[in-house]
Amino acid sequence: MIRRKSVAQFLGFWALRLSVWLVLGVLALLLYDIIRRGAGVINWEFLTKPPRRGMTEGGIFPAIFGTLLVTMVTAVLAIPVGMFAAIYLNEYARQNRFTRLIRLSIRNLSGVPSIVYGLFGVILFVNLLKFGTSILSAGLTLGLMTLPWTVTASEESLKTIPAAYREGALALGATKWQAIRTNVLPYALPGMLTGTILGLARAAGETAPIMFTGAAFSLPFLPKSLSDQFMALPYHLYIMATQHHDIAKVRPLAYGTALVLVGMIFGLNLTAVVLRYRLRRRRR
Amino acid sequence: MNKRALRNLKEKSVRTFFFLNGLLAVVVLAGIFLLLLVSAVPAFREIHLREFLFTKTWDPTSPLKETYGILGQIASSVLVTLGAMILAVPVGIGVAAYLSDVAHARVREIVKPAVEILAGIPSVVIGFLGIVLIGPALAKLFGLGHGLNGLNGSLLLAVMSLPTIISISEDSLSAVPPAYGEASLALGGSRWQTLVRVKLPAALSGIIAAVMLGMGRAVGETMTVLMATGNARAFPTGLMQSLRTMTSNIAIELGEVPYFTTHYYALFAIGLVLFIMTFLVNMVADIVLHKYQQRES
Repeated sequence: MIRRKSVAQFLGFWALRLSVWLVLGVLALLLYDIIRRGAGVINWEFLTKPPRRGMTEGGIFPAIFGTLLVTMVTAVLAIPVGMFAAIYLNEYARQNRFTRLIRLSIRNLSGVPSIVYGLFGVILFVNLLKFGTSILSAGLTLGLMTLPWTVTASEESLKTIPAAYREGALALGATKWQAIRTNVLPYALPGMLTGTILGLARAAGETAPIMFTGAAFSLPFLPKSLSDQFMALPYHLYIMATQHHDIAKVRPLAYGTALVLVGMIFGLNLTAVVLRYRLRRRRR
Repeated sequence: MNKRALRNLKEKSVRTFFFLNGLLAVVVLAGIFLLLLVSAVPAFREIHLREFLFTKTWDPTSPLKETYGILGQIASSVLVTLGAMILAVPVGIGVAAYLSDVAHARVREIVKPAVEILAGIPSVVIGFLGIVLIGPALAKLFGLGHGLNGLNGSLLLAVMSLPTIISISEDSLSAVPPAYGEASLALGGSRWQTLVRVKLPAALSGIIAAVMLGMGRAVGETMTVLMATGNARAFPTGLMQSLRTMTSNIAIELGEVPYFTTHYYALFAIGLVLFIMTFLVNMVADIVLHKYQQRES
């Protein structure tokens, strides 16, 4: 009996271990393939020059530039609104039906498919508000999509601040807002920033929401204002992988684009982690 | 106005300001639904709702008779998602159980960031790898002309929904009160028995919610299926076939369709169906998860 029990445990734990190895293996395979076939393409020209000869030569600078630009618009919408909403939920909101409705909406928004955000962006920003297909429309669409992530991340950070910090300020006669401003926000800000940067990194890699709200197949010039169309790394990769007339010829460039995109997102994630570490240390 | 009244006014306006930012989430969610609805309704001046939902043929540009049936797309979405769940659920729960129950702290320190990195890879990159890596492998393995089919999409969606399933399942496994496990061990149960017969059942509602959230993510995923499943319009009969999901159909046709035609509105109607489907899945997951949190606290 005991023996059978331990055999079952032995086999069972190995099955679990196997599933972990499987996941790690898949991740390693994906990264290995991108790096192995993408690294050779990346050089100074690839990063700083526009595509040439129908994208079969040259670089991807306009796509990098466009992605950075649209991510900035996303940040301008998603970071402050996300932080303010989180402050309301964590500091002001009472436990009532309305607060629950706000929380439920946020959770549901994070489950709305990205292509649906794209459709919403087409109706609201491109058509109704007449922003046209532009950086502004695409950035705002991505901003709305990022919002639930930034709210959740900011609230997580606010939750870690001990109640005593607020009570101390209130006991000395501070108003609620003064207590939040002086005793909560300075300590919560690093965590809030980290969380929101992680959200932005996810937004930077999205394709479906920008496909119809502003991303362009190919542009001869860099965008000059927020109402121009733009090239973006994820959309550029999609084009080169599926829509190009000479797929075999642009395959190496597509790998290079994928590596730059993944690298950029890792870079943003790393920035967030380092920032959190630094700001935390300075506080001590 | 005296000083105190001024201060109260300031406090009130600060509060209102934060409240309005919180309110935006409700407005956006309702806005998405309403605007999709308004943009979908004109489609039904020419299409019967029943024809739309229950016809298998989607051929809006046919010179003879335009047909707008999305049953094939719904079936494709469901099929690819189910395939993904069959692959991802056992592995995801296995990893979650390993992390919460078996792994040393140091192993956790490696596996958890790895899962986060996996979650961070953009869907378009996963789709690209479906074309260049998984596709040729499948073609070779099964002797097909190309490997862009439902199975390819299922494999990729499984990878994409794993992080969601792992992290939420692990949270719910870790939230099982230690006393449950201790009681089982004290009665002579092995660690494996404790895991399978005590902890997993105790965390079941959280695990179900995790699977549903992963499923919601898979149904709504666009770029991976668009790139990897081949996008043939025929009604799907199996995963080895090239198929076109709701999400890919919108992505393919929205760029080409003339604005404000029946076809254009019909694409928004597909978006509405997709929104309602994912909304329901997420709501059920939310209710399951909430019940479980209430019971535990």
